[in-house]
Amino acid sequence: MLLIHCPYCDETLPELEFAYAGEAHIDRPADPASLSDEEWRDYLFIRSNVKGTHAERWRHIHGCARFFNALRDTVSDEFITTYPAGQARPDLTIKEAAE
Amino acid sequence: MTLHDRDLHGATVTIEEIPPVARFSLRVRDKDRAAAGAALGVDLPDRVGDRAASGDRTLVCLGPDEWLVTAPEQARDGIVRDMAAIRDGAPHSLTDISDREITFRVAGPAALTLMTIGCPRDLRRLEPGRAVRTVFDTAQIVLWRDGPDSFRLDVWRSFAPHVRSLLEIGRKEIAAGF
Repeated sequence: MLLIHCPYCDETLPELEFAYAGEAHIDRPADPASLSDEEWRDYLFIRSNVKGTHAERWRHIHGCARFFNALRDTVSDEFITTYPAGQARPDLTIKEAAE
Repeated sequence: MTLHDRDLHGATVTIEEIPPVARFSLRVRDKDRAAAGAALGVDLPDRVGDRAASGDRTLVCLGPDEWLVTAPEQARDGIVRDMAAIRDGAPHSLTDISDREITFRVAGPAALTLMTIGCPRDLRRLEPGRAVRTVFDTAQIVLWRDGPDSFRLDVWRSFAPHVRSLLEIGRKEIAAGF
Protein backbone atom coordinates (compact mmCIF):
# COMPACT_ATOMS: atom_id res chain seq x y z
CA MET A 1 0.00 0.00 0.00
CA LEU A 2 1.23 3.51 -0.80
CA LEU A 3 2.12 5.70 2.15
CA ILE A 4 1.28 9.36 1.62
CA HIS A 5 2.46 12.30 3.69
CA CYS A 6 -0.38 14.70 4.52
CA PRO A 7 1.05 18.24 4.84
CA TYR A 8 -1.80 19.30 7.13
CA CYS A 9 -1.67 16.34 9.56
CA ASP A 10 2.15 16.16 9.17
CA GLU A 11 1.95 12.38 9.25
CA THR A 12 2.66 9.65 6.70
CA LEU A 13 -0.50 7.60 6.39
CA PRO A 14 -1.91 4.71 4.34
CA GLU A 15 -3.39 5.31 0.89
CA LEU A 16 -6.84 4.08 2.04
CA GLU A 17 -7.41 7.37 3.87
CA PHE A 18 -6.85 9.39 0.68
CA ALA A 19 -8.66 10.08 -2.59
CA TYR A 20 -7.08 11.11 -5.88
CA ALA A 21 -8.51 14.31 -7.34
CA GLY A 22 -6.94 14.87 -10.75
CA GLU A 23 -4.16 17.06 -12.09
CA ALA A 24 -3.05 20.03 -9.98
CA HIS A 25 -2.48 23.69 -10.88
CA ILE A 26 -5.36 23.99 -13.36
CA ASP A 27 -6.94 27.41 -12.82
CA ARG A 28 -10.59 27.93 -13.62
CA PRO A 29 -10.85 30.74 -16.20
CA ALA A 30 -11.94 34.00 -14.58
CA ASP A 31 -14.51 34.70 -17.30
CA PRO A 32 -15.73 31.44 -18.91
CA ALA A 33 -18.20 33.30 -21.17
CA SER A 34 -15.35 34.95 -23.09
CA LEU A 35 -13.72 31.62 -23.97
CA SER A 36 -14.03 29.85 -27.29
CA ASP A 37 -15.44 26.33 -27.33
CA GLU A 38 -11.96 24.93 -27.91
CA GLU A 39 -10.48 26.81 -24.92
CA TRP A 40 -13.32 25.67 -22.68
CA ARG A 41 -12.88 22.08 -23.88
CA ASP A 42 -9.17 22.27 -23.09
CA TYR A 43 -9.90 23.57 -19.59
CA LEU A 44 -12.44 20.84 -18.88
CA PHE A 45 -10.93 17.77 -20.47
CA ILE A 46 -7.41 18.14 -21.81
CA ARG A 47 -4.76 16.99 -19.34
CA SER A 48 -1.00 16.66 -19.64
CA ASN A 49 -0.81 12.87 -18.98
CA VAL A 50 2.92 13.02 -18.29
CA LYS A 51 5.26 10.08 -18.04
CA GLY A 52 7.43 10.97 -15.06
CA THR A 53 6.91 13.63 -12.42
CA HIS A 54 3.25 14.62 -12.25
CA ALA A 55 1.69 17.35 -10.08
CA GLU A 56 -1.66 16.13 -8.84
CA ARG A 57 -4.31 16.84 -6.24
CA TRP A 58 -5.11 14.47 -3.42
CA ARG A 59 -7.65 14.73 -0.65
CA HIS A 60 -7.17 13.32 2.85
CA ILE A 61 -10.84 12.47 2.84
CA HIS A 62 -10.86 10.01 5.75
CA GLY A 63 -8.62 12.21 7.88
CA CYS A 64 -8.39 15.97 8.01
CA ALA A 65 -10.53 16.19 4.81
CA ARG A 66 -8.17 18.75 3.18
CA PHE A 67 -7.09 18.90 -0.45
CA PHE A 68 -3.34 19.14 -1.03
CA ASN A 69 -0.95 18.70 -3.93
CA ALA A 70 1.62 16.02 -4.56
CA LEU A 71 4.45 15.37 -6.99
CA ARG A 72 4.36 11.71 -7.96
CA ASP A 73 6.42 9.78 -10.45
CA THR A 74 3.89 8.09 -12.72
CA VAL A 75 6.38 5.39 -13.72
CA SER A 76 7.63 4.26 -10.29
CA ASP A 77 4.56 5.46 -8.33
CA GLU A 78 6.91 7.18 -5.90
CA PHE A 79 5.62 10.24 -4.05
CA ILE A 80 8.41 12.80 -4.39
CA THR A 81 6.83 15.43 -2.17
CA THR A 82 3.50 16.79 -0.97
CA TYR A 83 2.63 20.42 -0.28
CA PRO A 84 -0.41 22.44 0.82
CA ALA A 85 -2.97 23.58 -1.75
CA GLY A 86 -2.30 27.09 -3.02
CA GLN A 87 1.48 26.77 -3.04
CA ALA A 88 3.42 26.86 -6.31
CA ARG A 89 4.82 23.63 -7.70
CA PRO A 90 8.18 22.97 -5.96
CA ASP A 91 11.21 23.37 -8.20
CA LEU A 92 12.93 19.99 -8.05
CA THR A 93 16.01 21.14 -9.92
CA ILE A 94 17.12 23.14 -6.87
CA LYS A 95 16.81 20.07 -4.67
CA GLU A 96 18.68 17.90 -7.15
CA ALA A 97 21.51 20.41 -7.49
CA ALA A 98 21.94 20.50 -3.72
CA GLU A 99 22.25 16.74 -3.44
CA MET B 1 2.03 -4.92 12.09
CA THR B 2 2.12 -8.66 12.39
CA LEU B 3 0.77 -10.85 15.12
CA HIS B 4 4.16 -12.45 15.73
CA ASP B 5 5.45 -9.75 18.06
CA ARG B 6 2.53 -10.08 20.47
CA ASP B 7 1.83 -13.09 22.60
CA LEU B 8 -1.93 -13.43 22.37
CA HIS B 9 -2.24 -16.61 24.39
CA GLY B 10 -5.16 -16.04 26.71
CA ALA B 11 -5.40 -12.35 25.75
CA THR B 12 -8.92 -10.98 25.92
CA VAL B 13 -10.77 -8.01 24.56
CA THR B 14 -14.23 -6.65 25.30
CA ILE B 15 -16.48 -4.76 22.89
CA GLU B 16 -19.32 -2.67 24.23
CA GLU B 17 -21.60 0.07 23.00
CA ILE B 18 -21.35 3.05 25.32
CA PRO B 19 -24.15 5.51 26.17
CA PRO B 20 -24.80 8.41 23.80
CA VAL B 21 -23.27 11.86 24.30
CA ALA B 22 -23.91 15.24 22.70
CA ARG B 23 -21.61 15.69 19.68
CA PHE B 24 -21.02 18.79 17.59
CA SER B 25 -18.97 19.47 14.52
CA LEU B 26 -17.37 22.92 14.83
CA ARG B 27 -15.78 24.78 11.93
CA VAL B 28 -14.17 28.12 12.70
CA ARG B 29 -11.46 30.31 11.17
CA ASP B 30 -8.11 30.88 12.86
CA LYS B 31 -8.86 34.43 13.95
CA ASP B 32 -12.08 33.41 15.72
CA ARG B 33 -10.70 30.36 17.49
CA ALA B 34 -10.00 32.14 20.77
CA ALA B 35 -13.59 33.41 20.99
CA ALA B 36 -14.98 29.93 20.27
CA GLY B 37 -12.71 28.43 22.92
CA ALA B 38 -13.84 31.00 25.47
CA ALA B 39 -17.52 30.31 24.74
CA LEU B 40 -17.01 26.54 25.10
CA GLY B 41 -14.78 26.83 28.16
CA VAL B 42 -12.07 24.75 26.47
CA ASP B 43 -9.21 26.08 24.34
CA LEU B 44 -9.27 24.62 20.83
CA PRO B 45 -6.31 22.23 20.37
CA ASP B 46 -3.85 23.11 17.58
CA ARG B 47 -2.51 19.92 16.08
CA VAL B 48 -4.67 17.46 14.11
CA GLY B 49 -5.39 14.53 16.44
CA ASP B 50 -4.91 16.43 19.71
CA ARG B 51 -7.55 16.55 22.41
CA ALA B 52 -8.36 19.14 25.05
CA ALA B 53 -10.79 18.66 27.91
CA SER B 54 -12.23 20.76 30.68
CA GLY B 55 -14.78 19.32 33.08
CA ASP B 56 -16.98 16.99 31.06
CA ARG B 57 -16.37 18.68 27.69
CA THR B 58 -13.83 17.29 25.26
CA LEU B 59 -12.59 18.82 22.01
CA VAL B 60 -10.70 16.96 19.31
CA CYS B 61 -8.95 18.66 16.42
CA LEU B 62 -9.97 16.65 13.32
CA GLY B 63 -8.64 19.02 10.67
CA PRO B 64 -6.91 22.40 10.36
CA ASP B 65 -10.25 24.23 10.86
CA GLU B 66 -12.48 21.45 12.18
CA TRP B 67 -13.15 20.29 15.73
CA LEU B 68 -15.35 17.64 17.31
CA VAL B 69 -17.01 18.76 20.55
CA THR B 70 -18.40 16.14 22.94
CA ALA B 71 -20.30 16.78 26.17
CA PRO B 72 -23.00 15.12 28.27
CA GLU B 73 -26.44 15.22 26.68
CA GLN B 74 -27.78 17.72 29.23
CA ALA B 75 -25.09 20.23 28.17
CA ARG B 76 -26.33 20.30 24.56
CA ASP B 77 -28.68 23.29 24.80
CA GLY B 78 -26.14 25.30 26.78
CA ILE B 79 -23.47 24.83 24.10
CA VAL B 80 -25.88 25.86 21.33
CA ARG B 81 -26.90 28.96 23.31
CA ASP B 82 -23.33 29.99 24.22
CA MET B 83 -22.09 29.60 20.65
CA ALA B 84 -25.09 31.46 19.20
CA ALA B 85 -24.23 34.38 21.50
CA ILE B 86 -20.80 34.88 19.86
CA ARG B 87 -21.98 34.34 16.29
CA ASP B 88 -21.91 38.02 15.27
CA GLY B 89 -18.35 38.63 16.46
CA ALA B 90 -16.95 35.19 15.61
CA PRO B 91 -18.69 33.57 12.64
CA HIS B 92 -18.58 29.77 12.77
CA SER B 93 -20.53 26.64 11.92
CA LEU B 94 -21.76 24.47 14.80
CA THR B 95 -23.66 21.36 13.71
CA ASP B 96 -25.34 18.92 16.08
CA ILE B 97 -24.21 15.44 14.97
CA SER B 98 -25.12 13.58 18.18
CA ASP B 99 -27.38 11.04 16.48
CA ARG B 100 -25.10 10.45 13.52
CA GLU B 101 -22.72 8.09 15.28
CA ILE B 102 -22.67 5.19 17.71
CA THR B 103 -19.66 4.68 19.95
CA PHE B 104 -18.03 1.32 20.69
CA ARG B 105 -15.39 0.79 23.33
CA VAL B 106 -12.76 -1.85 22.58
CA ALA B 107 -10.63 -2.62 25.62
CA GLY B 108 -8.37 -5.36 26.90
CA PRO B 109 -4.85 -6.73 26.30
CA ALA B 110 -5.73 -7.72 22.71
CA ALA B 111 -7.44 -4.41 21.81
CA LEU B 112 -4.56 -3.14 19.64
CA THR B 113 -4.45 -6.42 17.72
CA LEU B 114 -8.20 -6.40 17.22
CA MET B 115 -8.10 -2.86 15.79
CA THR B 116 -5.50 -3.86 13.20
CA ILE B 117 -7.98 -6.18 11.45
CA GLY B 118 -9.75 -3.18 9.92
CA CYS B 119 -7.65 -0.05 10.46
CA PRO B 120 -4.80 0.52 7.97
CA ARG B 121 -2.90 2.95 10.21
CA ASP B 122 0.11 1.92 12.27
CA LEU B 123 -1.74 2.24 15.57
CA ARG B 124 1.38 1.80 17.66
CA ARG B 125 2.22 5.35 16.57
CA LEU B 126 -1.12 6.72 17.80
CA GLU B 127 -0.27 7.83 21.31
CA PRO B 128 -2.79 7.35 24.13
CA GLY B 129 -4.74 10.56 24.64
CA ARG B 130 -5.10 11.33 20.93
CA ALA B 131 -8.02 10.84 18.55
CA VAL B 132 -8.04 10.79 14.75
CA ARG B 133 -10.45 10.32 11.90
CA THR B 134 -9.58 7.23 9.88
CA VAL B 135 -11.22 4.17 8.33
CA PHE B 136 -12.18 0.76 9.66
CA ASP B 137 -12.81 -1.69 6.81
CA THR B 138 -13.97 1.17 4.51
CA ALA B 139 -16.27 2.72 7.13
CA GLN B 140 -15.14 6.17 8.26
CA ILE B 141 -14.61 6.35 12.02
CA VAL B 142 -13.21 8.65 14.66
CA LEU B 143 -10.76 6.54 16.61
CA TRP B 144 -9.96 7.58 20.18
CA ARG B 145 -7.03 6.01 21.94
CA ASP B 146 -7.80 6.32 25.65
CA GLY B 147 -4.96 4.13 26.87
CA PRO B 148 -2.43 1.58 25.58
CA ASP B 149 -5.16 -1.09 25.52
CA SER B 150 -8.31 0.99 25.25
CA PHE B 151 -9.92 2.43 22.13
CA ARG B 152 -13.21 4.11 21.28
CA LEU B 153 -14.73 4.10 17.80
CA ASP B 154 -17.33 6.63 16.70
CA VAL B 155 -19.04 4.85 13.80
CA TRP B 156 -21.72 6.27 11.54
CA ARG B 157 -25.04 4.71 12.52
CA SER B 158 -25.63 2.85 9.26
CA PHE B 159 -22.13 1.30 9.34
CA ALA B 160 -22.36 0.28 13.01
CA PRO B 161 -23.81 -3.23 12.52
CA HIS B 162 -21.08 -4.06 9.98
CA VAL B 163 -18.27 -2.75 12.19
CA ARG B 164 -19.72 -4.42 15.28
CA SER B 165 -20.01 -7.82 13.61
CA LEU B 166 -16.48 -7.57 12.20
CA LEU B 167 -15.14 -6.75 15.66
CA GLU B 168 -17.02 -9.73 17.09
CA ILE B 169 -15.50 -12.06 14.49
CA GLY B 170 -12.03 -10.74 15.33
CA ARG B 171 -12.68 -11.12 19.05
CA LYS B 172 -13.69 -14.76 18.60
CA GLU B 173 -10.64 -15.50 16.47
CA ILE B 174 -8.33 -13.97 19.06
CA ALA B 175 -10.09 -15.92 21.84
CA ALA B 176 -9.63 -19.11 19.82
CA GLY B 177 -5.90 -18.40 19.59
CA PHE B 178 -5.59 -17.68 15.88
